[in-house]
Amino acid sequence: MDEKKTTLGRLASNIKVAPLIRKPVETGMAEMPVQVPVHEQLPVKGVSDPDITLELIEKHGITSEEYDQIKSILMREPNFTELGIFSVMWSEHCSYKNSKPELRKFPTTGKRVLVKAGEENAGVIDIGDNMAVAFKIESHNHPSAVEPFQGAATGVGGILRDIFTMGARPVANMNSLRFGPIQGNKEQQKTNRRLLAGVTGGIAHYGNCIGVPTVGGEASFDTSYNGNPLVNAFCLGILRHDQIRRGAASGVGNPVFYVGAKTGRDGLAGAAFASRDLTEESKEDRPAVQVGDPFMEKLLMEACLELFEHPDAVVGVQDMGAAGLTCSTCETASRGDAGIEIDLARVPQREKGMTPYEIMLSESQERMLIIIKKGHEQTVEKIFDKWDLDASEIGVVTDSGRCVIKNHGQIVANIPAKPLADDAPVYHRKASEPMDFKVRQELDIDAIHQPVDMHNAVLTVLGSSSIASKRWIYRQYDHMVQTNTVTLPGSDASVIRVPVESQNNEKPQAKYLAMSLDCNGRYCSLDPREGAKAAFVESARNIAMSGGEPLAITDNLNYGNPHVPEVFWQLREGVEGLSEGCKAFGIPVTGGNVSLYNQSPIGAIDPTPVVGMVGLIEDEAHITTSEFKRKGDVILLVGGWGDEIGGSAYLEECHNLKQGMPPRVDFTKEKKFQDAVKSALKKGLVHSAHDISDGGLAVALAESCINGNKGCGIGTEIKVKQKGRLDVILFNETQGRAILSTSKKNEKELLKHFERAGIEVETIGKVVADQHLWLQRKNTDHHLRWTLQELSHCYEQSIPKVMDS
Amino acid sequence: MKFVVIQFPGSNCDQDCYRVVGQVLRQDVRYAWHKDTHIEPDEAIIIPGGFSYGDYLRTGSIARFSPIMESVIEAAKSGQPVIGICNGFQILCEAGLLPGALVRNRDLHFICENRLLRVETDQTRFTMTYDQGAEVRLPIAHGDGCYTADSKILADLEENSQIVFRYIDHYGKASQKGNPNGSMNNIAGICNLEGNVLGMMPHPERASEKLLGNIDGRGIFESLIRSVC
Repeated sequence: MDEKKTTLGRLASNIKVAPLIRKPVETGMAEMPVQVPVHEQLPVKGVSDPDITLELIEKHGITSEEYDQIKSILMREPNFTELGIFSVMWSEHCSYKNSKPELRKFPTTGKRVLVKAGEENAGVIDIGDNMAVAFKIESHNHPSAVEPFQGAATGVGGILRDIFTMGARPVANMNSLRFGPIQGNKEQQKTNRRLLAGVTGGIAHYGNCIGVPTVGGEASFDTSYNGNPLVNAFCLGILRHDQIRRGAASGVGNPVFYVGAKTGRDGLAGAAFASRDLTEESKEDRPAVQVGDPFMEKLLMEACLELFEHPDAVVGVQDMGAAGLTCSTCETASRGDAGIEIDLARVPQREKGMTPYEIMLSESQERMLIIIKKGHEQTVEKIFDKWDLDASEIGVVTDSGRCVIKNHGQIVANIPAKPLADDAPVYHRKASEPMDFKVRQELDIDAIHQPVDMHNAVLTVLGSSSIASKRWIYRQYDHMVQTNTVTLPGSDASVIRVPVESQNNEKPQAKYLAMSLDCNGRYCSLDPREGAKAAFVESARNIAMSGGEPLAITDNLNYGNPHVPEVFWQLREGVEGLSEGCKAFGIPVTGGNVSLYNQSPIGAIDPTPVVGMVGLIEDEAHITTSEFKRKGDVILLVGGWGDEIGGSAYLEECHNLKQGMPPRVDFTKEKKFQDAVKSALKKGLVHSAHDISDGGLAVALAESCINGNKGCGIGTEIKVKQKGRLDVILFNETQGRAILSTSKKNEKELLKHFERAGIEVETIGKVVADQHLWLQRKNTDHHLRWTLQELSHCYEQSIPKVMDS
Repeated sequence: MKFVVIQFPGSNCDQDCYRVVGQVLRQDVRYAWHKDTHIEPDEAIIIPGGFSYGDYLRTGSIARFSPIMESVIEAAKSGQPVIGICNGFQILCEAGLLPGALVRNRDLHFICENRLLRVETDQTRFTMTYDQGAEVRLPIAHGDGCYTADSKILADLEENSQIVFRYIDHYGKASQKGNPNGSMNNIAGICNLEGNVLGMMPHPERASEKLLGNIDGRGIFESLIRSVC
């Protein structure tokens, strides 16, 4: 009810009434006696503050060693507010205390890196011509588990803020989703459907309203995500080099502004909530989930971007995401080697009677902290007035090196900024290989019977939720707003145009970006290192198939509880696998997110290190999509027939086996293969390119047919020359492979192109007018045939069938 | 020709319309902020898509009370061309410049995809470059696009050829299968009786450049430009 009232109240003020620009109250910091050194000024204990007991400390997730460290930093006992501040800042979500030693293994430098991983809210990469991209992926798994709609919506809101805080205009969103199985009528499966519907709705609600297209992503389903879905939101923004903004407080006496939405009691200590296992009782943490208002964020974004056009006025910017006001004040102070002093009485509040503890720990959405150069206050006021937003001067930059939090002039917390922001404890957790690691990789293919009905086996794999079309999801996302979406969702990578500002009013030039999110959790569960490597190369492969050159990656490391040595081992293997990939391909990690404690009572999720890769396409002519295009074209298999069936979608879907050694990644071979594909695209020799991944050759062919048929009514006929088991030929997931189509005229040159590069290649079929997929084994009468109608139905209707019934 | 694109807080297709008219079609174009009140007598007005005022209460219902809307209503009544796209269509209905209302889609989901439409009349200044009965493919992106009106209004719209675009299926029929959102009479766009105010749910500005794979929407802007030559 309260929420409704305030919304309506704001609407009314949007139309006629000028907004509140709060001026500093007359009393307060100016009158503070200067005789007592800042670090000796003691905070008061609030009337309603509980006493600090062992139980209270434990409830805040702080260990006794950490508590001792807090006392030595403060040189006294903390009060309740300070305890709360330490608990969120030192949560895994904010401090990466369990993963830091591992994250240091990532390569983070490169000639295109303008802002490095960890320096700011998001990394920034040069794309030439004074243009740059800022991008990052972040998880909102725990909130989405208990409140899927708002959890996912605010996940999108948070990552958008991370990007426009850097000074970039967000131009594309993507997301990576994981749920338990949605087929079936058990309670858990119904819950999974409810989660998928809620999460999709929440992402659509936020992204559509703010007007940033959701151009792609990935979703898959596995029992390990029962009770613990994954919602990883990616955002990319573009900016000029001179528009990069930093989150540092500097310049003693510069005013600190709070802008955007009012602070409420929602999302209290969300960061701490996200740093625990999910349990039956997690539902009671629902108040820790924030409520999002995309309209407010749209206004905030436009106002901030308008303000950033005045570089003289803005000293530093930091969004209030996880840990809200706490994190933004102490991080800006720490980065700027300064201190900060704020008065909570000046923080716009949605509810009456909020305590300092609540205000500092609130994770209300759509708020930012901006440090303004003294004398430029009016610029802020004018712009925020135009957008009808609150802008309140809440404090000032000091040289004390401390975060001094006051309430009506009384100190309620007084903590040195650097130790709070940067000296969180770091843990080197124990890692051990799971007992069943080797056993699960064993696979005796001879003990597995080939399906009698291979026709049906292909339909089973193609129609499995993880492989089937995700149209039911992306149809709910506005993927075309901003009119830059060149490749619509459903191809290997999403491609967008980056308008480049024209010099001297010439015709505007453009660059193009290819983006892809990838991870195969099944591979990672069977071999976390090879799985991470596969996620990396698949992402790079998708970029390559679209005509792009990889620039950098962001990663979202989703794992279980790091206190479990087997889980920590998975994390370590995953990080090392990704690092190997980055080094082999010569691209850096620009930042990302670690989400641990993805663990429900039934156990940990499959390790899911999601890779978000961004690539640059210099020329429109290089952009390539995956569907077959012209009757008479020939189809080439590049990279060989493959034979690795372990960990495949086929074994899982047709034999209920999550077993075997997942496909190995050979970076040298893979890179050679991808480079050859890219140069073929650049030579203009290729009509369509589709990589072979989940579901093997059979699924890759079916997908290129289904999407090709939509445009121009065509089918495919394939000759299988390879000997051996047909199921292995059709469904193996050996890496470094793709199917390409080209004109008859260019066939020879394309074959030669790959032969010269030392890549296996052969013509396996052609694009025909008959709307079917026809597969014949060489020198036999044995053939298989699917009409495109049945393939399309199976692929397109799999998810709608269960979601819309 | 001179165009003005209206910007409400929450508009998000304003820049797209501005770009297509200015950069692709090389026309004079400017923005007008919702707190402004000035519109030139020779400007064609575009009310873009988005979520004006967050679409709180009801889509388009708050935007209708913005200062600029008084000028838009005045300009429309004096015969200036006005085109409302998506949220702009919703605002035009709320402002009483077009009859009927847009309500929640039939299946309750937001839908973003290309749809087939038929150009029902080439006798408007927005469609004169199309052939009567032409089939075009335009993107839709809305949660509240189900056109609803009473039987009297519907009869009048049909009678006076005010239905400009209708959703159709692959066989060219205005069937339920071809109807993405449950709109009555498969209505995708209508104009007023005088023919100078057009409201449509599909986004022609998203289908005006070859690079984006579709130029079926360009004719709407080109018709307007030609109408003043």
